[in-house]
Amino acid sequence: MTLLIGSLTIALILSLLAFGILISFRVVAFEDLTVDGSMTLGGAMAAAMIVRGTHPVVATMCGSLSAAVAGAVTATLHTKFGINRLLSGILVMTGLYSVNLRVMGKSNLPLLSQRTVMDYADALSKNVFHGQSIVHLAGWEASARDLSSLLLMLCVTTTIGGLLFVFFRTNLGLAVQAIGDNSRMIRSLGVNVELMTTLALFVGNGVIGLSGALLAQYQGFADVQMGIGMMVWGIASVILGETLVGTKKIGFLISGAVMGSILFRLLVAIALRWGLNPNDLKLITSAFVFGALVVPRFISRGSRLVRRKQNA
Amino acid sequence: MLEIQDIRKTFFEGTPNEVQALRGVSLSIQRGSFVCVIGTNGSGKSTLLNAVAGAFIVDSGQIELDGTDITHFPEHRRAKLIGRVFQDPFSGTAPSMTIAENLALASRRGQSRGLTWALTPSRRENLRDRVAAMGLNLEDRLNNPIGTLSGGQRQSLTLLMAALVKPSLLLLDEHTAALDPKSADQVIRLTQDIVSRDQLTTLMVTHSMHQAAHLGDRVVMMDKGRVACDISGQEKKRLRPDDLLSRFEDLRRANQLDESAAEMLRSQYV
Ligand SMILES: Nc1ncnc2c1ncn2[C@@H]1O[C@H](COP(=O)(O)OP(=O)(O)OP(=O)(O)O)[C@@H](O)[C@H]1O
Ligand SMILES: [Mg+2]
Repeated sequence: MTLLIGSLTIALILSLLAFGILISFRVVAFEDLTVDGSMTLGGAMAAAMIVRGTHPVVATMCGSLSAAVAGAVTATLHTKFGINRLLSGILVMTGLYSVNLRVMGKSNLPLLSQRTVMDYADALSKNVFHGQSIVHLAGWEASARDLSSLLLMLCVTTTIGGLLFVFFRTNLGLAVQAIGDNSRMIRSLGVNVELMTTLALFVGNGVIGLSGALLAQYQGFADVQMGIGMMVWGIASVILGETLVGTKKIGFLISGAVMGSILFRLLVAIALRWGLNPNDLKLITSAFVFGALVVPRFISRGSRLVRRKQNA
Repeated sequence: MLEIQDIRKTFFEGTPNEVQALRGVSLSIQRGSFVCVIGTNGSGKSTLLNAVAGAFIVDSGQIELDGTDITHFPEHRRAKLIGRVFQDPFSGTAPSMTIAENLALASRRGQSRGLTWALTPSRRENLRDRVAAMGLNLEDRLNNPIGTLSGGQRQSLTLLMAALVKPSLLLLDEHTAALDPKSADQVIRLTQDIVSRDQLTTLMVTHSMHQAAHLGDRVVMMDKGRVACDISGQEKKRLRPDDLLSRFEDLRRANQLDESAAEMLRSQYV
């Protein structure tokens, strides 16, 4: 039970990452490789500020903001200096590795006795569960602290998801959506595509940084390696979510990203339970994304072949 | 209204692939005028429209629209004054967004787009009326992705979108070329309706001599990046498709003469 709750909580934190990936890779169709760096930057910045005594909420927001700026830098390298998108992301991601070390001062920064946003989960627990430390949930026993962490993350994810949904229903948000769909058309309708792409990467990486900041506080440390492989993880969640909802409507895609993130996390948890070596996890994730990208193509080609045979 | 002065554009300058797409085009178009642009493939018609729309900045010359010098404006700034329909029905609409969303995007062409609700009930109602007025029976499908529509329907909607906010200039680049004859007729009729209702200044590229002869009040024929002839007034009114064809024939013969003369000179002197 504890394992399940822990998995769900992390899945919710990582669904913020999936939101960010959704915005850059899908909505504005920008293959943004900043992700691994900006996720770490979010965590590193928040942890470093918390250690220095900053209020955890302020620290979390600064973590998010710094990651957002990193995203805007990537976009600017592409739009203003004409550097290829992938290379722009790689340059920023690589540079961020040093920045993150500078921010933290060392490669791993523990948050032991500091006040973090997880303390709000404890406060929540006092209100919801009236100070009980064990909660009975449909016949299962669960720690109130774990449950309230889950509840807190559920609130955060729902709020951010809701805000993004509202944003994409505004005139500005609609214009941002059109960039990935038909940039030529939206340019001819008077939208500064370069500026809007920068805005999208700013927002996307901001959400990713928020994910990093929350993850660091949940697991109790920030690590310079914590972002590695996160981009592929996010892509896997987004693809899984798309398959689950089966439409391209933005509201569905946003909720799909949450579902995809949860499902993927659970799949991984089960695989680990069955004895999968954690070291193999990233290879499996990559293979999964490869499969998810290729299999649909095979299916449609297969059905075309079948149809052709029937016609012949 | 639209003043084009001696604009030039060379692609891939200084390489073996160099193309002089525009070699000094000057054109002055009055407000409310409907100009058809014709010419052979590669004569620079699309390049002319792209130059006006701002897809690239011209090498030299000046473009003035509505009293504003737009020569160095980026494309998105010109969009305030210019509505466009492309040849490819897929270019003018965002396929995975709905009809209503596409129209909402177009209803703020050239205006600021803030954090205000895009599709308020009253805006939706208004857009619905505009779509209904086209008579394509699309008003009940406003929430369908536009990618599910036929090329003709998409092109009609693109036309509506281009004129939703009244543009100072409407640019149409072979906007019926990819359609079947019936849809093409429908889109041409819609074009006439919209242009005459809003008194739009229009520049329309076409390969149909029939359209060029019967639509608009002026025909500009392009050849090798220049304006080869310019027919307006009474002469345009009397113009028939055959007259245009014979002009093409004249051009072709003149070009051939040029080439054979050059060939003769080359063989004698080089
Ligand atoms: N973006 C571009 N880059 C390079 N060359 C170009 C570009 N646009 C046009 N050209 C070249 O400029 C010349 C004129 O092309 P343009 O598209 O204007 O012709 P057109 O009159 O529209 O022909 P068509 O009737 O086939 O549409 C062609 O030789 C074309 O290859
Ligand atoms: Mg053309």
